Amino acid sequence: MKKSPREKQDGTRKLGRRALMLAGIQLGVVTTLALRLRSMQLDHAEEYRLLADGNSIKIRLLPPARGLIHDRNGLLIAGNEQNYRVTLTREEAGGDVEPVLRRLSQLIPISEERIAELLEEFSKRTAITPIVLADRLSWEQFSSIAVNAPALSGITPESGLSRAYPRAGDLAHVMGYVGPVSDYDLSKIEDPDPVLMLPEFQLGKVGVETKLETLLRGKAGARRVEVNSAGREMRELSRQEGEQGATVQLTLDAQLQNYAAQRMGEESAAAVVMNVQTGDLLTICSSPSFDPNKFVRGISSADYRALMDHDHRPLADKTVQGLYPPGSTFKMVTLLAGLDSGLINSGTRYYCPGYTEVGGRRFHCWRRGGHGTVDPIQSLEQSCDVFYYELAQRVGIDRIGAMAKRLGIGVPHDLPMSAVAEGIAPDRAWKRARYDQPWQIGDSLNASIGQGFVLASPLQLAVMTARIASGRAVSPRLVHAIDGVPEPLPEAEALGLDEALLRMARGGMDAVMNGPRGTARRSRISREDWRMAGKTGTSQVRNITAAERARGVISNEQLPWNRRDHALFVCYAPYESPRYAVSVVVEHGGGGSTAAAPIARDILLFALADGLPPLDAVPADQRADMEARHAAMNLYTPQPTAPGRSRA
Amino acid sequence: MSYLDYQVAQTPTGLRKILYINWPLVLLLSAVACVGFLMLYSVGGGRADVWAEPQMYRFAVGMVAMFALAFVPMWFWRGVSVLSYVACLLLLVAVELVGDIGMGAQRWLEFGPLRLQPSELMKIALVLVLAAYYDLLPLRRVSRPLWVLIPVALILLPTAMVLKQPDLGTSIMLMAGGGIVMFAAGVSLWYFAAVVGSAVGLVYAVLKSRGTDWQLLEDYQFRRIDTFLDPSVDPLGAGYNITQAQIALGSGGWSGRGFMQGTQSRLNFLPEKQTDFIFTVLAEEFGFVGAFSLLMLYTLIIGFCVFSALSNRDRFGSLLTIGISGTFFVYFAINMGMVMGLLPVVGSPLPLVSYGGTAMMILLMGFGMVQSAHVHRPR
Repeated sequence: MKKSPREKQDGTRKLGRRALMLAGIQLGVVTTLALRLRSMQLDHAEEYRLLADGNSIKIRLLPPARGLIHDRNGLLIAGNEQNYRVTLTREEAGGDVEPVLRRLSQLIPISEERIAELLEEFSKRTAITPIVLADRLSWEQFSSIAVNAPALSGITPESGLSRAYPRAGDLAHVMGYVGPVSDYDLSKIEDPDPVLMLPEFQLGKVGVETKLETLLRGKAGARRVEVNSAGREMRELSRQEGEQGATVQLTLDAQLQNYAAQRMGEESAAAVVMNVQTGDLLTICSSPSFDPNKFVRGISSADYRALMDHDHRPLADKTVQGLYPPGSTFKMVTLLAGLDSGLINSGTRYYCPGYTEVGGRRFHCWRRGGHGTVDPIQSLEQSCDVFYYELAQRVGIDRIGAMAKRLGIGVPHDLPMSAVAEGIAPDRAWKRARYDQPWQIGDSLNASIGQGFVLASPLQLAVMTARIASGRAVSPRLVHAIDGVPEPLPEAEALGLDEALLRMARGGMDAVMNGPRGTARRSRISREDWRMAGKTGTSQVRNITAAERARGVISNEQLPWNRRDHALFVCYAPYESPRYAVSVVVEHGGGGSTAAAPIARDILLFALADGLPPLDAVPADQRADMEARHAAMNLYTPQPTAPGRSRA
Repeated sequence: MSYLDYQVAQTPTGLRKILYINWPLVLLLSAVACVGFLMLYSVGGGRADVWAEPQMYRFAVGMVAMFALAFVPMWFWRGVSVLSYVACLLLLVAVELVGDIGMGAQRWLEFGPLRLQPSELMKIALVLVLAAYYDLLPLRRVSRPLWVLIPVALILLPTAMVLKQPDLGTSIMLMAGGGIVMFAAGVSLWYFAAVVGSAVGLVYAVLKSRGTDWQLLEDYQFRRIDTFLDPSVDPLGAGYNITQAQIALGSGGWSGRGFMQGTQSRLNFLPEKQTDFIFTVLAEEFGFVGAFSLLMLYTLIIGFCVFSALSNRDRFGSLLTIGISGTFFVYFAINMGMVMGLLPVVGSPLPLVSYGGTAMMILLMGFGMVQSAHVHRPR
């Protein structure tokens, strides 16, 4: 096809036109692209930047260090220790983790079963999830792994904080312990702090740890990290450390608590030491105890079963949860109820023939031969039951119950401890409500000597003693200061009892210790400036039937342990200017004067002396025994970590 | 024009041809390729040996090929146009029969160490054969229906085969490249209006056909349409790529986040960042300044080609230049439109920048022919 030059020229011209049209269209497209670019990169850059950051920047929480807990003298009683562990990430190990595990097992003991377990876990998780291989390594193990890290690809030695209780079992019941957050814990909290979701995070489970949880927890810090599309952390952009929880100073005296625990030994017992004026609890010790550190680390089922099966119930906090018939330690309540009502006075005398007969039933005095004529002071000194039987019939249960509550028995005390029991100060209305039965006169007689329906915790007995000693309604308290700021000390109100009446009760308690026929005379303090007042109590855990009584009451030693009487003792000192009130309950210990009083006296002496009781404070014949006892004790040597002691 | 015509026209001969090469075009192509090396180095995480070095090697080979082709006289290209078209068609058939499956589509042919993508070769061959066709066809017949049908058939035959692979991106490029040559040759605008009209109708039919027995596209293609229309429908699935690409692009801002500092690219949020989505890496790290500069480089390349075509009195050389530069234009326009969310994701690389051997070789060979047309143009 031959083309003419003219045709050729037309073609070239047309082609030129079309080429320019095409160029125009192309320019239009380029303009569209440029405008779109401008719109995205200049007009909406901020939005896209936010999206990009949202993609790549993640916030990771940093668990805060838990607040420390000190005793009143600044001794550490709950702290945090470094927990060394190693984690392994499959991706970093190059996919196959088994050789790494084998190499690691040459450095730290890892059983074959554990390796199999770990391999199983690795196969389930994504390659970038770090898995904890071993926990709570010693520093030596940890550093040997760190040194060998180049040969252990994928292994990261990490350290975190874990709760530690340097005083082990001494304060276990008051302090409680922490543990990993369970689903149940989360379900109880309405708006859970996100930090609780962190693995390894520890939450207060029992005692002060759980009651002061919000104070102790602190505020979580945060790390801004850059992650890649697989979620793997690439680098840290910024870091804001968490805020450690508040440092809490308790009113407890760890040294005294330690001594009390040692003094009670293996007995199933409880001891409470309270400042008479402020209500500060210096010691609130339940025996036997357990090691809370085991719970923090995850207690083995064997250890746990041993604790559960122990007949002395080491897990129970007998000081506030244990309720006991107060026995004769309750007699001050009955006496004060009588005196306060005006129905009796210091001149009242009752005759004790060894029993009282009411409604055809015979109520025995602990002393079969009777005490003869007894006045109020002597009634306490010799703990004459008949005096109180007579008194109860005149005063009536309602006044006794009311006085018990006034002195702190049968009322709740607000303490940051778990399951603080309320106890029972019975009266007619209570029995009607509880049993739907009318009050019997026999109930009054039993209640008058702290038997029957009356139930009190060792804490309440200490409160009662402190209130009698001070004449004011002191309340127990446990928190001394938070972050160095002392907790306000509420001025205790006056009990509203006439001082003369209180002096009579105190005199009776003094006579118990120092009177010629005092039931606890043997446990007296021989130093006059620490002169001690107290009251013994022995409460039955079974009824003595008439038949048994006829045969002669079997002595406690002949009974199986769990059927023996509870031994109780309350006391305070110094008599003239009271400082400390102490209550001791020895479960199934036998007599209050023999089992409880010596313990209470020694603890009281430790509190007064602020150290090991001086031997000259006890009667000369007991000094050798005491010295031997102290030598056998395994006491902490105090190492104060914070200055400023207070014993207010 | 005959062999004699070329001789008569005062075209340079021998090594003197090198003086007549379109040097600004060479410079522009190298500049674009350098942008590519830089981005591939960044995408490789600061390592040249991952992407950048092989790409440089290929570019060097491609440049040598371009210069070699530039020396080949025009009559040769016209002479081999039909042959090359037929050869490419046969290769496409061969791919259909024995081709390797790559990226979910049959695209590759293996000849020992050589991996061939016939559909890429076809882009050039189609432009060649159409340019030769319109060089022969008298102008008065250009718009006659019968004479329009022949080039349409020439276009649709390979397009259909490529679409069957399936490779939507390349088939669009083939149609666009062929259409551009027809447009430049002077085919009546009514035909183009009719094509645009029926294309709109076809799109409607395609969308309508979904879920019926006569469904016209693969399911994955429908999903791409869905995600194009609204990427947020499935931000972690099919829409993930385009959403992440737009985040990368937009977050670049005016001057970008800095070389190798783009979080979207460095932290692997971007998909296929060394190939189809490499423009987003540039836009993220160098911002509007970088992205617009690349766009301008491309525009200048087109500009120089159009200028070369306008100054070329040889119809075949002119059409060849417009066809190849037009294909090149569609290449980057589709890629940029795609990553900016203006077009659906069709899977087309950014020419000379995306990592990939065949595409770069073919493009540089194409520009070799453009150079040849420029060097040998009748003056």
